[in-house]
Amino acid sequence: MKKDPSAAGDMVTSKMAIGPGGPGGKVLQMDLFQAGKREGVTPGAPAGRGRPGNGKPTRRKGAEGEPPPVPISGKKKARTQAEPVEAENVEKVEPRAKSRTAPGRKRETAETMARRQREISVAEFFQKNRHLLGFDNPAKALLTAIKEAVDNSLDACEEAGILPKLDIAIEELSEDRFRVSITDNGPGIVRAQIPKIFGKLLYGSKFHVLRQSRGQQGIGISAAGMYSQLTTGQPLRITSRTGAKKPAHFFEIQIDTARNEPKVLTDREVEWDVEHGTRVEMELAGTYKKGRRSVDDYVLQTALANPHAEVHYRPPKGDSWDRERLTSQLPREPQAIRPHPHGVELGALIAMMRETRGRTLKGALQSDFSRVSEKVAEEISRAAGINPESRPRSLKLPQVEALFRAIPKVKIMNPPTSCIVPIGEDLILEGLKQAVKAEFFTSSTRPPSVYRGNPFVVEVGLAYGGELPAEELVDLWRFANRVPLQYQQSACAITRAVTGTDWKHYALQQGKGALPTGPLVLFVHMASVWVPFTSESKEAVAAYPEILKELRLGLQECGRRLGSFLRHRRRLEDAEKKNSYIRAYIPHIGIALKEILRLSDKEEAKVVEVLTDTLERTRKI
Amino acid sequence: MAAETVRRIEKTASDIHKTILKQDKPSMRFPMRSLSNVKYDPKRGHFEMRGKRKVRTLTVSTVKTFAQTLRMMALSKELVKNDDIATKREAYYVSKNWDEARFLEQPESDAVMDDVEAFFEINREQLGFVPEEKGGEISGKLIIVDRDSETGKPLRIDCTRFGSGAYSIPISVEHLKFQTEAKFILVIETAGMFQRLVKHKYWKTANCILVSMGGVPTRACRRFIRRLADAQKIPVYVFVDGDPYGISNIYRTLKVGSGNAAHLNEYFCVPQARYLGITPKDIVDYKLPTHPLKDVDIKRARDAVKNDPFFQHHKEWVAAVEQLLKMGVRAEQQALAKWGLNYVIDRYLPEKLAHPERFLP
Repeated sequence: MKKDPSAAGDMVTSKMAIGPGGPGGKVLQMDLFQAGKREGVTPGAPAGRGRPGNGKPTRRKGAEGEPPPVPISGKKKARTQAEPVEAENVEKVEPRAKSRTAPGRKRETAETMARRQREISVAEFFQKNRHLLGFDNPAKALLTAIKEAVDNSLDACEEAGILPKLDIAIEELSEDRFRVSITDNGPGIVRAQIPKIFGKLLYGSKFHVLRQSRGQQGIGISAAGMYSQLTTGQPLRITSRTGAKKPAHFFEIQIDTARNEPKVLTDREVEWDVEHGTRVEMELAGTYKKGRRSVDDYVLQTALANPHAEVHYRPPKGDSWDRERLTSQLPREPQAIRPHPHGVELGALIAMMRETRGRTLKGALQSDFSRVSEKVAEEISRAAGINPESRPRSLKLPQVEALFRAIPKVKIMNPPTSCIVPIGEDLILEGLKQAVKAEFFTSSTRPPSVYRGNPFVVEVGLAYGGELPAEELVDLWRFANRVPLQYQQSACAITRAVTGTDWKHYALQQGKGALPTGPLVLFVHMASVWVPFTSESKEAVAAYPEILKELRLGLQECGRRLGSFLRHRRRLEDAEKKNSYIRAYIPHIGIALKEILRLSDKEEAKVVEVLTDTLERTRKI
Repeated sequence: MAAETVRRIEKTASDIHKTILKQDKPSMRFPMRSLSNVKYDPKRGHFEMRGKRKVRTLTVSTVKTFAQTLRMMALSKELVKNDDIATKREAYYVSKNWDEARFLEQPESDAVMDDVEAFFEINREQLGFVPEEKGGEISGKLIIVDRDSETGKPLRIDCTRFGSGAYSIPISVEHLKFQTEAKFILVIETAGMFQRLVKHKYWKTANCILVSMGGVPTRACRRFIRRLADAQKIPVYVFVDGDPYGISNIYRTLKVGSGNAAHLNEYFCVPQARYLGITPKDIVDYKLPTHPLKDVDIKRARDAVKNDPFFQHHKEWVAAVEQLLKMGVRAEQQALAKWGLNYVIDRYLPEKLAHPERFLP
């Protein structure tokens, strides 16, 4: 959270304009007054936050015309990105001088304000800012809800060493209302954990572990539940069973958004024919459509990126399909690794020094980081001018900072890459062949590389020709840790790498700064212990130079193979054309010579034979 | 002549045949046919090739044209041997029997025919190919000696005895002989002006031979005038419209030949031709009614001054063309009718013919 007093002032100014004349306005004026005095701390999230806009940019008209917003005031943290924008808009409409000079107002005091200052639950925050999580429009909401459930299922199966089997069903209740149900054969969830996992945001197992997984933060599925609750009033329905000898439990869960706590409506044992696994059912407002960025595409691509999964898909409008797994081998279990010194930030380092179990600085560095040997730890300490034997807890802030600055100066081995589990060239190829009717397929898995201390692997697959449309932009399928990315294509490093590659070298057409054109599907996968997404909705990969470089190399490798395939094909076609050309016209040379020189039939045949041979022989040169 | 043509075709074919049997790729050398490959030789009086040549070697990419060229030669040999002829259009239709080697459009067969002609550096009429266009008309004091196509006996044609009609120049003129007392040949651009002069027997008044070109003169027409002028040693005066087309297309082609068939200009040009009118000066002197120059006229005139070796060689012509460009107008032969329908006969031509030394080169 930035704490910029000037920005704070601006924001408050605008809030004041939102509820002119009313008590709200008066209160806000106090906020403004206070803002400057609070040592640059952003003042309390002002009343404007209480509007029913849910963080979506509010239209000016609404802002002016609505009654003063209900002041659900909270503490500083809940400032959203959307607000400064709307603030500016409003400010233009209502000059601030007007409310400031309004007479006969009571002034707020620190005490009256203190009564309204309270914590904002993370659930509340995301309820209003649901676009951050991918619930900004109905089509996307449907996709995101399914995606969150599928991510969890696949992660759970893999962690438990179970070959996943997924049933994804979407039922259309009305045009804008759907019931989705995702069933897996995972390990199930113990009864006590079910409410928290599905009914509490930021509750999960993956956040604190540096390991390649689909989920990261523990927000997704509970956010989906919250969205369905918000749009239909229906609770999340969970069925889960941990083994054949255990009973299956059925839960109906709502989220108490004010407290970010689950509210259990139903909790009972049920009969279930699934031996172990979990089913998530929800009802939500949404839109089902076909084409690019559709749920259909997402499920298909998920199947592609997870060749070890069996997938059964039942969309609302026909076209059900079932995909047997392409391999019965589970992906190698991703190893959790300790952070690499090159990726650490100052704040994190400070915390590590405070919380480490190491008794000496040297020992702490060795035990808490990967690739730090005794020698490296000593080197870092020396470069920072600190005794390697000093107690880490006793380090002062300037010393930790010196340590932080010393790290880049020391040569440290790259982090271990065994923790990354790519899909693999063969399985990408096989998946593409199954999903796309094309002529030419290739794939490439790059060797592991490192950005900001995080190891990652880039994989590229490519399908060309066949029934793919020849005149359109290529279909770019982006994946991060085996999860298809459907939105924000233009913001993604993968897209940047594709448009930044010169496909004309590989016999494709390409407009300047655009995706290439041609009958092509590009499959690009980025696997990492920590995929740097540009937002919480996990739709686009951030463009770190190291990542861009690897992406480009992978694309070029596949591009080169495509290029040589196309050139080879063209050569064959040319040769074939020439061949038929030779065979078509050489007899006429024979006829002409026969006519002019009165050759015999035998002599004529000889001319044709020798000449055909001569031309075909030289053609290959 | 015919035997020579057949011999040369057979020699070419035989060379190609031997090369093929040696497992080599045969090739043919053709002169380039374009204006950039001509120069003007004032002593010889016509456009000549600069000698640039293109070699067509038999490869995969040339095999079609190579085959077509050879078949065209074979057709030519048949025509010459049987003393037959084929028009360009007929040759095109003959090719329709050549399966894959047939021509799809006539311009393709014309181009191959032009190549064959340029290859042997002879006239396509000698190869048995004839143009369809009309060759020009003759009226006046001239007796042409032709021969009867059945009996081979000499046939005397008196060009004063066509009444209101005229003698039509045949496609092949090499065998014709001439008898005449006329003092000069007057070559006229338009059939209308020719009609007027014939109607009033101007050839009798001026003691001349009248030739109507009907636009750009055909090869036969040029060859006829050339042979007649050479044989009788009489001057040739050209009377055309006073516009860039009359000057640079009609007159220039008659006098020095064309850029496209430069290898033949030696035969198909009339170096002794002189330009009687209509000159830019005539437009002023005779106060002729005019039309403004069109864009295409201006372009043609500029092109003549800038790129045409013939005009560039004659300062008088550069001056005249530039005067025309400056005036921005053109005048037709018939514009003289402004002063009376027979003004051309009574005043213009006598006045001009009194001073042939003033004619443009």
